[in-house]
Amino acid sequence: MLNYVWFGLIAIAFVTAMFTGKIPDLGTAAVSGAETAVNISLGLIGIMALWLGIMKIAEEAGLIRLLARLIKPVTKRLFPEIPPDHPAMGAMLLNLAANWLGLSNAATPLGLKAMEELQSLNKSEDTASNSQVLFLAMNTASITFIPATIIGVRVAAGSQEPFSIIATSLFASTCATIVAIITAKLLGRLPVFKKTNPNITPAKEAEK
Amino acid sequence: MAETMIQILKTISEWAIPVLLVLIPTVGFLKKVKVYEVFVEGAKEGFNVAIRIIPFLVAILMAIAMFRASGAMDIFVSFISPVTDLIGLPAEILPAALMRPLSGSGTLGIITELINTHGPDSFIGKLASTIYGSTETTFYVLAVYFGSVAIKKTRHAVPAGLIADFAGIMAALFICQFMFG
Repeated sequence: MLNYVWFGLIAIAFVTAMFTGKIPDLGTAAVSGAETAVNISLGLIGIMALWLGIMKIAEEAGLIRLLARLIKPVTKRLFPEIPPDHPAMGAMLLNLAANWLGLSNAATPLGLKAMEELQSLNKSEDTASNSQVLFLAMNTASITFIPATIIGVRVAAGSQEPFSIIATSLFASTCATIVAIITAKLLGRLPVFKKTNPNITPAKEAEK
Repeated sequence: MAETMIQILKTISEWAIPVLLVLIPTVGFLKKVKVYEVFVEGAKEGFNVAIRIIPFLVAILMAIAMFRASGAMDIFVSFISPVTDLIGLPAEILPAALMRPLSGSGTLGIITELINTHGPDSFIGKLASTIYGSTETTFYVLAVYFGSVAIKKTRHAVPAGLIADFAGIMAALFICQFMFG
């Protein structure tokens, strides 16, 4: 899928640029995009190290498993592939909680930790499992109680009611999350995606 | 009522990280975990994860940057605006909505401009704010999250993410028409 999207973006860009006369801009844009990517990645090192360190303590102290057990009733339905008190569950909950509070600096490292835990249960090295797709979809739709960035922009623009969009954002992101869960679940059943599922026998996963 | 709720939420988000940073080591310490050693052990991975993401993020951001630079977005907007007019999505909002899954900073730029031109408390200003707050940048999340575990075959993640984005934008439009329209 990403092969088509990626190639599509580049090909459309090139063809359009031929007509709009923006061919010279394409090269500059590609290079600056690559630079941005590296800056973002390198910028993650410190915060990643910090949260992975804290998460390791939480893991050794048994806190992650405790969290996982608390949300078992919900997660065993959403993530049937994952053993209910697996650390992946605790890490996912922390990631979602950080998103809810608008703590994006903490949310990413916690989310990546959760991905790593999910990957430890994935039989394939390069193919996403159903759980990983669902977790990712939930993250792209992420529910936020405090959209701090946009509130800041509104305040700066002299808004009389900068917080008026909290309720509407919450509604929209909740709808997006529900749709994300349903879509990820339903699409996973389509033959074309089922065929590529790296973990067809979920029962065996639990024994690992 | 709403004001106090917001105040409480703000306080929680300000306290959450400091409290976690103390609480987790405290529990660890009480449970006789060698907190310093374990922290360092975990933190070691931070570097590798960040480095692993680079190729994935370079691929995605480079393609999106080229797409944006080519002006294809403007053509796409004029192409589908007759359809979005039908459902009452203001034409001004369309570029922001289409940019949302591709680029967080790009969307923020467009939305900041919309808010400043139309006023933060106008319908367009509120709808744009809601759209920004309602979903994440799908392709960025995809590159970072899957990149960190070296997943290349993303299966149904792209369609699921995009359908969720679409739902988020439709929901934003609906609720804004209902509350501010």
